[in-house]
Amino acid sequence: MTAAVVVKNLVKTYGAVRAVDGIDFTIETGEVFAFLGPNGAGKTTTVEILEGIRPSTSGEVSVLGKDPWKDARQLQQRIGVIPQDFHFFPKLKPREAIDLYSGLFGVPSRATELLDRVELPDKDEALFENLSGGQKQKLGLALALVNDPQLCFLDEPTTGLDPRARRAIWAVIRGLKAEGRTVFLTTHYLEEAQLLADRIAIINLGHIIAAGTPKDIIQRYGRPERLQIVGDPAMVEPLRRQVGLPVEVQDGSVSVELHAKGDALKVLSWVDSSGYRYSSFSTAQDTLEDVFIRLVGASDHSAMDIAPEGDAA
Amino acid sequence: MNGRRIRSYFVAFAKGYIRNPIGLFFTLIFPIILILIFGAVFANAGSSVVPLYVENLDHDSPASVAFLSALNDTGAVQVYVISPTAGNLSAYLAKNSETAGLLIPDGFESALVAKTPVDVVVFTNPAAASQAGIVIGAVQGVESAFNLKEAGGSVVVSSSYLNVGSRIFTYIDYLIPGLIGFSILTSPMFSMVNISSTWKRDKLFRQLSLTPLTRAEWLTAAMIWYVLLAIVAALVMIFVGRTVFGAHVSVVPWMFPFLVAGPVLFVSVGLLAGSVSKTPETAAVIGNVILFPMMFLSGTFFPVSGFPQYLQTVAHVLPLYYVIDGLNDGILFGNSVGALRDLVIVLIVAAVLFAAAVSVFSWRED
Ligand SMILES: Nc1ncnc2c1ncn2[C@@H]1O[C@H](COP(=O)(O)OP(=O)(O)O)[C@@H](O)[C@H]1O
Ligand SMILES: [Mg+2]
Repeated sequence: MTAAVVVKNLVKTYGAVRAVDGIDFTIETGEVFAFLGPNGAGKTTTVEILEGIRPSTSGEVSVLGKDPWKDARQLQQRIGVIPQDFHFFPKLKPREAIDLYSGLFGVPSRATELLDRVELPDKDEALFENLSGGQKQKLGLALALVNDPQLCFLDEPTTGLDPRARRAIWAVIRGLKAEGRTVFLTTHYLEEAQLLADRIAIINLGHIIAAGTPKDIIQRYGRPERLQIVGDPAMVEPLRRQVGLPVEVQDGSVSVELHAKGDALKVLSWVDSSGYRYSSFSTAQDTLEDVFIRLVGASDHSAMDIAPEGDAA
Repeated sequence: MNGRRIRSYFVAFAKGYIRNPIGLFFTLIFPIILILIFGAVFANAGSSVVPLYVENLDHDSPASVAFLSALNDTGAVQVYVISPTAGNLSAYLAKNSETAGLLIPDGFESALVAKTPVDVVVFTNPAAASQAGIVIGAVQGVESAFNLKEAGGSVVVSSSYLNVGSRIFTYIDYLIPGLIGFSILTSPMFSMVNISSTWKRDKLFRQLSLTPLTRAEWLTAAMIWYVLLAIVAALVMIFVGRTVFGAHVSVVPWMFPFLVAGPVLFVSVGLLAGSVSKTPETAAVIGNVILFPMMFLSGTFFPVSGFPQYLQTVAHVLPLYYVIDGLNDGILFGNSVGALRDLVIVLIVAAVLFAAAVSVFSWRED
């Protein structure tokens, strides 16, 4: 498999702001690669550089073997893009928008097929300005597919959408992968990255702070599995002395880090026989979200900011 | 440049325009409203004293001077004696757009003395019927008085009447080319100011830059549309002017080069204004700052030749002046040389501004 996108030490500055600060990553052909990061992380900047509509400050970028800034016109024919905050001509109907794009790309219009595919009602005669957020986004996806692209850039395609529209778009993205297209997806929804992506890069403040499959990332950056006991916090000290494992009180329950297979059993039997009051127990493992929040930093509130509308950045 | 892309984009652009009632209003309806308002206000305006241009071929003989001062005394006309035009009074009136003239023939006084009949020639413009009536009434009144006093009642002085040729212009005749020029300015310029600022904000240029459409193709499609709009607007205005006010304007080949070059020029102005401003609001302000002096000083509503000299000087640096002057030359005066000169100026300014606009206007981000 050859790489669809190769990025080496990419830097983009806006005056004093280092929006992208030396990132490296590779997207393999046929995979869904997600950029996961809070608002202002540098996702859009990176994507726009790869699309050839923004020059980089320094670093190497190769998209389908081309330099996106220099070969933008050749690349255009082979990539499909739905930009963040997708907007279109307000007075055009969806079918007309697709016809326009088809004319510009010089391909026969497949309006019916594409509208069908993104589940945008074909008979809908509404103008773009009257479409709902989800319908607009679906049209954006349909337009991105007009030229039958090998590589699709989807910049926050579901931000601000209701769950049903979001699911419809997820289905389209899965379809793209099934057809062997490469997808570069950016999102600040963890769930979305986890559900759709083969590999994820977590980006914050212009740096990639973790990359790999969701499992890799959790394994590498997540805390070990824990046993959580809802019970008397007084047990913490004796328990730690007894089992020799890190123990702490977390969210009102006693949390023990498990290092070996038998640890849970050891802990539970000691607690049961110790006489400390306890009501229930469970095991917990870091989710991608836990990892994400920890990596991006608890101080960075934007990490948990799930904006109801598309972010303005 | 790719014709298929231009066509595809043109269709979408035109649909967007037609579906926006505001744009159509300003292109087609607004100029008609202006014609109706200005036409109604000025058609019957002016003092009731009609200027009467007199060519006295009787060498200022006492009798002819007495005749003219009697005319002046009627209060209905104001006599302006012009230097003899070698009998070409009609042409003089046409050139100066005056509606009434009087020719006193050589031998007027001697005919009066000899009591042989003599004709004065009255020129009036049928399009200015009320003024013509005033002039004819005044001349006939003075004639009877003269016949009574000088000839004891026998008819010596009589008048013959000539229509001044088709080249007499009323206010409305000037208004039509002026408003055609005005609509050539406003709709391309304001659309472009609006497009180049709001499309940037809404990232529509970014959207287009993701397709093979080039900036030149985009501009071409837009310009074709504005040229078509300008032509339609001009035809509508000429039609309304003719049917409602009997304006002496007709469709002439010379107006078309201006209907092509004008929109190109003002599309460029709008693109420049929109590109240099940071927000759509600033862009709109800049657009208005450009519009107002042009609207009033370029001869849209009043002929520039009637301006004080310093304002005429100002008018001569405004591109719209040359568009309107050229349209006047073409539509009213049939003056190809003048129209050509104006066209060359418009084309040069359009080329310079177009180049400037293309260089400052970018689709891609930085
Ligand atoms: N055109 C621009 N000019 C100046 N700063 C910008 C511009 N675009 C983005 N930025 C800044 O660069 C950083 C990264 O932005 P962006 O790539 O849009 O992030 P994301 O898409 O992850 O939300 C932010 O701090 C943002 O404010
Ligand atoms: Mg973004």
